[in-house]
Amino acid sequence: MEAEVGKYIGAGIACIALAGAGIGIGTIFGNFLSGALRNPSAAQSQFPNLLLGFALAEATGLFGLIIALILLFVV
Amino acid sequence: MAGNSEGGAGMDPMHQFEVHPIIELPALAGIDTSFTNSSLWMTLAVGLSGLFMLMASSRTALVPGRLQLMGEMAYGFVANMIKENVGTEGMRFFPFIFSLFMFILFCNMLGMLPYSFTVTSHLIVTFALAAVVFCMVTAVGFIRHGIGFLKLFVPSGIPVVMVPLLVLIEVISYLTRPVSLSVRLFGNMMAGHTMLKIFGGFVVGLSSAGLVPLAIAPFALMVALTGLELLIAGLQAYVFTILTCIYLNEAIHMDH
Repeated sequence: MEAEVGKYIGAGIACIALAGAGIGIGTIFGNFLSGALRNPSAAQSQFPNLLLGFALAEATGLFGLIIALILLFVV
Repeated sequence: MAGNSEGGAGMDPMHQFEVHPIIELPALAGIDTSFTNSSLWMTLAVGLSGLFMLMASSRTALVPGRLQLMGEMAYGFVANMIKENVGTEGMRFFPFIFSLFMFILFCNMLGMLPYSFTVTSHLIVTFALAAVVFCMVTAVGFIRHGIGFLKLFVPSGIPVVMVPLLVLIEVISYLTRPVSLSVRLFGNMMAGHTMLKIFGGFVVGLSSAGLVPLAIAPFALMVALTGLELLIAGLQAYVFTILTCIYLNEAIHMDH
């Protein structure tokens, strides 16, 4: 198999990292929603934490994207 | 969303990220100092955010006008963020954190204009910002606590056997902070703008092929995605700033 082909396959595989990010973001928003429905008065104060958790979970998926980009354009 | 004259299916979604010189300048010590489109939009972001705050604070009234209200909201937003996450001691760092927030916010928002250039969609720009934050936080930690700052890497209340392993993990997680901070902003901006460009290409490609009714679906999605990107532009500026606050809090208070 040629190295060029391997690069594209590797870049595609690296995008599986997005599945983890999706699970993470879904867990965060789902748990926030269930918590907010139980105690709506406390929900507003936890909104910054929600965004923070969302951003942290999203970043892990982006690392996969970076690996894909490195494989495509640098290696 | 920089413009591309080719149009149709031949559009390259990565074309918008190309840096090209506007004013050619001679190289200084082997470093290309040309004034590029990246420099132009960076200058614009600094100029506009400065102008905004100057105009907002020039004619202050007891009952604020629209502009003054916006300026006060921006000030209060960042000041609240620092007070909640770092405490009152953190207000010494307010000028730094506020300029960081305004610069990233303006770069992201200006990047949403058609034919503009998104400065923060380049890893070198975001990494430079993250490196400044990282160096400052580490310096603050060592200045305040001396060599005792290294205790940050030793979690309390764990068995002695586990200490070497956990110290290793803590050091690695500390050192990856600038990487994750910069990659988050860069990845969000780059991926978002590439996605907008690809969906824009669908609209142009389908309508130029005479399939205008079919182009309505990607066009509607494009409108929704532009809204989402505006949200993300603000959110990423907020996230970058709040993480800076959290790192600063750790360096100042060392509560682990």
